[in-house]
Amino acid sequence: MLKKRSRNSRGSNEINASSMADIAFLLLIFFLVTTQIVEDKGILVKLPPWSEVPPDPLKLIPRNVFSVLVNAQNQLLVRGEPANVDELKDRAKEFIMNPTGREDLSQSPTKAIISLKNDRGTNYKTYLEVYNELKAAYDELWDEESMRKYGVHYSDELPLDYRKEIKGKIPMVLSEAEPTSYGEE
Amino acid sequence: MSSHFKKKRGDSKPTISTASLPDIVFMLLFFFMVVTVLRQGEMKLKVVTPQATQLTKLEEKSLVNYIYIGRPIDKYAKIYGTKPRIQLGDQIVDGPTNIPLFLEQHKVKVPESRHTLITTSLKVDGDVTMGIVQDVKVMLRKSNQLRLNYSAKKKDEA
Repeated sequence: MLKKRSRNSRGSNEINASSMADIAFLLLIFFLVTTQIVEDKGILVKLPPWSEVPPDPLKLIPRNVFSVLVNAQNQLLVRGEPANVDELKDRAKEFIMNPTGREDLSQSPTKAIISLKNDRGTNYKTYLEVYNELKAAYDELWDEESMRKYGVHYSDELPLDYRKEIKGKIPMVLSEAEPTSYGEE
Repeated sequence: MSSHFKKKRGDSKPTISTASLPDIVFMLLFFFMVVTVLRQGEMKLKVVTPQATQLTKLEEKSLVNYIYIGRPIDKYAKIYGTKPRIQLGDQIVDGPTNIPLFLEQHKVKVPESRHTLITTSLKVDGDVTMGIVQDVKVMLRKSNQLRLNYSAKKKDEA
C-alpha cells in the first residue's frame, strides 16, 4: 500500500511533455515551408583588371592563337572556319597539347592562347556554352596531367604546389576581346 | 528465471516513451534553421540560368553578392518594359552605373581581410543578349570586382 502511493505521487510530479513534440513539429513544418535551399553553382572566372589605355597589340604567332568568334546569330567561327560547339572541346584540347607536333597548332601549352570574341547580340546561353566547352578542355587536360603525374584526379583537394605545377605547365590563357556590335537588340 | 521476467513485464504498462521525440524534432528544426537562408527581396525579373558542366560551388554566402539580368516578369512589364534589365538586391535599376554603389554596400558588411574573396554571382537569363552582360562586366572591372561567377545549373548527362 505504501509502495503504491509513493509511486503515484512521483508520477504526478512529472510535467507532461507529449505536446512538446507537436509544438516542435509545428515549428519544423513552418521552416520547411517558408525556406528554400538555394544552392549557387556556376562557372567561376577571373576578370582582367580595367585599364583606361587599350592594351598594346601583342605580336602573336598565328599558330599559337585559337580564335573563337561568336556572331549575333549564335554561329561559331573557329580559326576562320565555321564550327560546331560539340567539337570545340576536342579541337581546343588538340590545339593546346599538339600531341602530333603539327605545324599549325600551338608550339607548347604555355604558349597557347585562346581568344574569345563575341557580338553584343550573341545569346548569353550560347556564350556560356562556348565558355563552358573551353573551360572543360582545360579541366580535362589538367585532370589528365594530374593522373599521369600523381595518379589522382585533379580537384581542389590536391595540394597547392601540385596544382601550381600543373597549372604552370598548362596555363589557362583565355583572352576575351571587346565584343563587336553588329546585332545589338 | 523466465517466469520472473514475465511477471515484471506484465506489471508495467506497454507504452513507448515519447520523451525523446521532441529532442529529435528539435534537432531537425535546428538543422533546417542553420542550413537554409531566407532569401530577401522578390524577384522582379524572369531569370532562367543556362546549363553547364564545369561548375564550381560557391561556398560562403556572406561573401557573395548577386546581380540579376533578365526580362521583367509580367507583373512589372508595364512599368519597366520588356527589354532586359538589371536587378540589384530587390530593385530594378536603370543601368550598370548603379553597380559600384551596390558593391560598396555589400563590401562594408565584410571584414577587410576578406575583401579579396568577394565574388559576384551573375544570374543571367539564357535568352538575354551579351550587350547588357558586357556592360555589367565592364562596370565590375572598373570597380575592381574581378571574381565573377556565371551562375548555371548542372547539365543532366543524357
